[in-house]
Amino acid sequence: MSGYFEGVLVLLAINIVFAYGAYLPLAAGQLNIGLAGFAAIGAYASAYLSNQFAVHPLIAMLLGAILSGLVALAVAVPVLRTRGIYLALATFALGQIIRAAILNLQFIGGAAGYPVTDYIRLPIVLGFAIGVVVLVSLLFGTRFGIAVRAVQDDERVADLMGVEVRGIQIAAFSLGAMIAGIGGGLYAHQFGYIEAQYFNVGLSITIVLYVILGGTQTMMGPLIGATIFTLLPELLRESASWRYVAFAAAVIVLMALRPQGLLTRGQLQRLFAWRHAHSPARDADGMAEHIA
Amino acid sequence: MSPGAILEVERVSKHFGGLSVVEDLTFSVRRGSRTALIGPNGAGKTTIFNLISGIFPVDAGSIRMNGADITHIPSRNRIRHGVARTFQNVRLMPHLSTLENVIVGQHSRSGGWRGVLHPVNLVPRNRWREEARAALADAGLADYARASVGSLPYGVQKRIEVVRALMAKPALLLLDEPAAGLNPVETVTLQLYLEKLAVTGGLTLLVVEHDMHFVGALCRDVVVLSFGKKIAEGSPDAIRQNRHVQEVYLGTPAAKPIAPAAPEKMEYRRAAYGA
Repeated sequence: MSGYFEGVLVLLAINIVFAYGAYLPLAAGQLNIGLAGFAAIGAYASAYLSNQFAVHPLIAMLLGAILSGLVALAVAVPVLRTRGIYLALATFALGQIIRAAILNLQFIGGAAGYPVTDYIRLPIVLGFAIGVVVLVSLLFGTRFGIAVRAVQDDERVADLMGVEVRGIQIAAFSLGAMIAGIGGGLYAHQFGYIEAQYFNVGLSITIVLYVILGGTQTMMGPLIGATIFTLLPELLRESASWRYVAFAAAVIVLMALRPQGLLTRGQLQRLFAWRHAHSPARDADGMAEHIA
Repeated sequence: MSPGAILEVERVSKHFGGLSVVEDLTFSVRRGSRTALIGPNGAGKTTIFNLISGIFPVDAGSIRMNGADITHIPSRNRIRHGVARTFQNVRLMPHLSTLENVIVGQHSRSGGWRGVLHPVNLVPRNRWREEARAALADAGLADYARASVGSLPYGVQKRIEVVRALMAKPALLLLDEPAAGLNPVETVTLQLYLEKLAVTGGLTLLVVEHDMHFVGALCRDVVVLSFGKKIAEGSPDAIRQNRHVQEVYLGTPAAKPIAPAAPEKMEYRRAAYGA
């Protein structure tokens, strides 16, 4: 496999992980643009553990993700008191705080960046990406998934039905941060060098865009969004720095023409309805509806 | 208070700003009864529902359900005391399918955090999923199970809302204007369905409704409110004959009072959308 192709695949896998990190809070109606901060926590914590304590990178990444989730859990209550644009601003500020803190922590390199000695290979990165997609899909096939979407649709009614609205919101926020932390750990151990500048608000917004462009209504939306918008700039590589202009233009056009994202629930349902009508085995509609 | 009561509202008051919406209101609902709560616009009917279900705290008084004081428990826990409700303007979750909406209704019975992991959308023959499906079928709504609720006719949405509330296996169902916006056929269908629930399911119904034909057909007990106060209670026939009720609804020959706009609805929206 060529180095370039491998590089693109790594980027794709990491972006998919990030996208599912953004999907969880978005599905619960939270616009989190501080995800890069949580990715940074996962990246730095895992790098520090594997550098300093020779923890196996896999374990280090999981511990980094858990730390990221715990930080999210700690700040969730005050942050989630805000709504809509204010929640977006609060998470933005949170991302900035985390980045500023890392810049000031000399034991992880501060502004100079932090080299990571351990290295994980492509199959492990891909394995993690697949694992995240599968686990999040399974999670959304449970009552939890329905509750998350119910909370987004109508908090008041969900509450009256006995749904622990606050708990669901905190869980979605923290699990999203954990997954972003996994993405950060993968990035650190794959690229061998991390710096606080990489985990800026631009990264957070790009991650959220993957999900919104792919569509927030289905489990496949983040996958499609991350894939298309990771590969698109690569396909346009010939045009050098103009490719980012093309990317931005594509974002504007898509949001104008298709605000619900590329993939919608209705589309998948129609697809499955067609398959249903044309297949003799008509049972597994549980799965069909879940994926749709 | 009366031993046969499932719901006891005692000396409850509620103000919004300087406006008294419910004033020193006392009434009870007999177990197994079908009781209507009627009154002109702005009488405080929906506010009573919001106080019972815990959307608003009461300013004074107490609410008891099955003998247990629920006045101060959080709204999400009241459904576990057996109170479920529907809404004046249908409030289904628009991005969930019909079946998923009904599954949300089971939440209070699903057993805490472990129940949150029921694989309802993963396993085709999941117990909870099957139960929701059967409930829809029972209400004659099996065909709509997979539809997104937003696209369904209003009458169907209203029935789905009832099925969703029933999934909590409530002892008392609060129905806020169930017949509003329905055509005559849909109204009769709904009335028969609710009657069946009450008779065979042992469910107690408390209904806010303007359609007096519907009330007369469905309910045996009526409580009449005006400006947040109880002005009469009794059988539908007795209420129809009641002079005071006639005056409130039709006005006295001398001066016809104009019903004020309902301020509690504004408050309600504000509370509902968390602004």
